[in-house]
Amino acid sequence: MLDLVIIGLNHKTAPIDIREKLAFPEKEIEKALTEAHSLPSVKETMILSTCNRVEIYAISQEVETSIQQLKDFLSRYHHLTLNLLEKYLYVYTGEQAVKHIFRVASSLDSMVLGEPQILGQIKAAYTLSAETKTSGFILHRLLHRAFSVAKRVRTETQIGDNAVSVSSVAVELAEKIFGNLDQRTVLLIGAGEMSELAARHLLSAGVQKIWVTNRSFDRALSLASEFHGEAIPFEDLYRGLKKVDIVISATDSPHYLIEKERMVKVMKERKQKPLFFIDIADPRDIAPEVGDLENIYLYNLDDLQKVANENRKGREQEAQKAEVIVEEEVAKFVRWYKSLEITPTIIALKKKCEEIRKKELEKLLSLYPHLSEKERRSLEAMTSAIVNKILHDPFVRLKQKDEEALSDIYVDALRTLFQLPETVSTEEQEEG
Amino acid sequence: MINIYFFKLASFLYCLATLSYSAYIFFLKEGLSKVATRLVTLGFAFHTLAFLTRLIEAGYTPVTNLHESLSFFAWMIIGILLIANLKYKIKVLGAFLTSIALIFMIFAFALPKEILPLAPVLRSVWHPFHVLFAFLGNAIFTLAFCCGVIYLIQEHQLKKKKMGAIVKRLPSLKVLDDLNYQALKFGFPLLTLGIITGAVWAEYAWGRYWGWDPKETWSLITWFLYAAMLHQRLTVGWRGRKAAIMAIVGFMSVLFTFLGVNLILPGLHTYSQWEP
Repeated sequence: MLDLVIIGLNHKTAPIDIREKLAFPEKEIEKALTEAHSLPSVKETMILSTCNRVEIYAISQEVETSIQQLKDFLSRYHHLTLNLLEKYLYVYTGEQAVKHIFRVASSLDSMVLGEPQILGQIKAAYTLSAETKTSGFILHRLLHRAFSVAKRVRTETQIGDNAVSVSSVAVELAEKIFGNLDQRTVLLIGAGEMSELAARHLLSAGVQKIWVTNRSFDRALSLASEFHGEAIPFEDLYRGLKKVDIVISATDSPHYLIEKERMVKVMKERKQKPLFFIDIADPRDIAPEVGDLENIYLYNLDDLQKVANENRKGREQEAQKAEVIVEEEVAKFVRWYKSLEITPTIIALKKKCEEIRKKELEKLLSLYPHLSEKERRSLEAMTSAIVNKILHDPFVRLKQKDEEALSDIYVDALRTLFQLPETVSTEEQEEG
Repeated sequence: MINIYFFKLASFLYCLATLSYSAYIFFLKEGLSKVATRLVTLGFAFHTLAFLTRLIEAGYTPVTNLHESLSFFAWMIIGILLIANLKYKIKVLGAFLTSIALIFMIFAFALPKEILPLAPVLRSVWHPFHVLFAFLGNAIFTLAFCCGVIYLIQEHQLKKKKMGAIVKRLPSLKVLDDLNYQALKFGFPLLTLGIITGAVWAEYAWGRYWGWDPKETWSLITWFLYAAMLHQRLTVGWRGRKAAIMAIVGFMSVLFTFLGVNLILPGLHTYSQWEP
C-alpha cells in the first residue's frame, strides 16, 4: 500500500534565514521536481515553496526509505548538512499528512491565520507538478480534495472575512465610508514604513491617485514617483486637504499639524465632502477633536491596531470551526484511500457477484420446483463458474505487484463502477 | 372579493420576504437574500393582481379609503424597492422596506375592505393621477427614510470606531447618501406633481384650487421641508448626517400628512363618511 509523506519546514519551525536557504526559486522547481521524482522510492511528488514554508509531498511505497531519501535530496540540493536540516524539519505520514495538507490549504497553518494567498500558491505548485507529470493519481485526488476543503472552510466559516493588518483595516474602513475607491484620492503626509504600506494597500484597492507632501520636497518628489503620484509643497498642505478624500499622516512633527478650527473652514470649502484621516504618527499629527467634526472620520494607529487585534481574535474562533471541517474531510479522504486496498476490494466485488448469483438462482429454482437434486447442483456449479471466470482476469491483473501505481486507478474504477461501499472493516484491512 | 384573496397572498409573501431578509442579515448567507428577492417579487405580482381585480370589481381606481390607500402605499414601496434593487445591491434596505410595507398591509387588513359606491367628489380623471404621483413620491421618501436611518447607525459605528458585526452588514456611507440624494431628486418632483394635480382636482371637485384644508396645509409643509433639503444640499453641501436626519424628518411629515391628518384632524380628505 502506498503512503503519503510530507517533509518540510515553516515559519514555526525554522527562522527566516534557514527558510530562505531551503526555498526553491521559481525557475528551479521544475528541475527539483524531476530530481525528487527520480528517487527510487518516490512514486509521485510535489513541491510547495513560499516565503513561509517549503514542503515536499510524496507518495511512496516504502515510507521510511523515502523519508531518508527526501532528506538527503534536500541537503544535497541546498548544500546544507543533514544534521542542521534535521533540527528544522517536520515529517508527516499517512493520516497526519493528509490533515496537514488540508490545514495548509485552508490557511489554518499560516502565519496570518486565514490569509488567502496560500491556496493560490498550493494550486500553482500542484499545477506545476501535474504539468511535469510528477504528481499522479493519488496526489491529484488529494490536492483536489484539499482545494475543496479550503473552499468549504472559506464559505462555512468567517476565517478570512475581517482584516487583520493595520493597512487592510484602513482599506476596509475607507470602503465603508466611500464605497468604491476608484474615484478617491489620497494625500500622504510625511513618510514611514507603515504609512507607505497603507498607501500601497489603498492603491491596490483601486484608489485613483496619491498626492505626497513632505517637509523635504525632494523626499516628496521621490515618494510621489514611487506611487506614480504627484508631490505638493508642504506649505500647500491645507490646499491639498481640500481636494483629497483620504489622508495618511506620518510626520515626526512634535505638535499637531492639523487643527480643528482650520478643518472647519476646509470642510466648508469642500462642501462637507467626507474626509478620512489615518494618523500613523507618534506623537500624533492630527488633533483628536478633528474627529468630532461632521463627515470627518479620524483613526489613529492604536484604533486601527485595536480593530486588527479584535479581528484576529475572531479568526482564531473561526479557526476552531475550520478544524472540525478539516477533521471531517480527513476522515472522508482516509476512507476513500483505504478503499484502494486490493484485497478488500476483491472480497467486496466477489461478495456482490455471489449475492447476485444466489438471488437469481433462487428465483429460477422457485420457478422450477420439480428439478432434481442433480440438476440443481449443475445449475449451481454452472453459475459459479460464470462468475469466477468473469472475475478471474481482472483479479489477476489487480494482483500484479509491479503495477501497484496503476492498481489504485483500477481499484478506484472498480469501486465506482460496481458501486462497492467504501467502508472497510479492520479485519479485511489486516488481510490486505 | 377575489382582490382580498390576492391581497392576503401578497401580505403573506411580504411577511416571508421580511423574515428571509432578516435571516440574511443575521446569517449573511447569499442564498437567503436571493430567496427574499424572489418572494418580494412574487408578492408584488400578487399585489398588482389584487389592485387590478379590485379596480375591475369596483369600476374605479381603488384608492378611495384608508384600506385601499395603505395597500396602495405598500404596493408603491415594494415597487420602489424592486427598482432600487436593480442598481443598488443593498439587502439591508430590503429588510427595512419590506417590513414597513408589511406593517401597512397589516393595518390595511384590519380596516374595512368593502367596495362602496364612488363618492361624487372622487369622480374625476385627476384623482388617479393625484394619488399615483403622491404615493409614488411618498414611497420614494420611504426609501430615503430607510437610507437615513441606516446611515445614522453606520455613521455612529464608524465615528465610535466600532468595526463589528453591524458595520460589516451595513452598506457604505457613500452609497446610502447617494441613494438619499437620488430619492430626493425623484421624490420631490413627484410630490410637486402630486400637489399640483391635487389642486386641479380640487378646483373640479370643490370649485377652488386651494383651501387650506389640513391635508393641503400639511402637504405644503412637507413640500417646503423637502425643498429646503434639496436647496441646502445643492448650495452648502448638506449631506451625510444632516441629509439623513432631514430624510427622517421629511418622512415623519409625509406620514403625518397621510395618516395623522386622516385620523386626527377633520377635513375634506378624511373620507370619514365611508368609515364606520
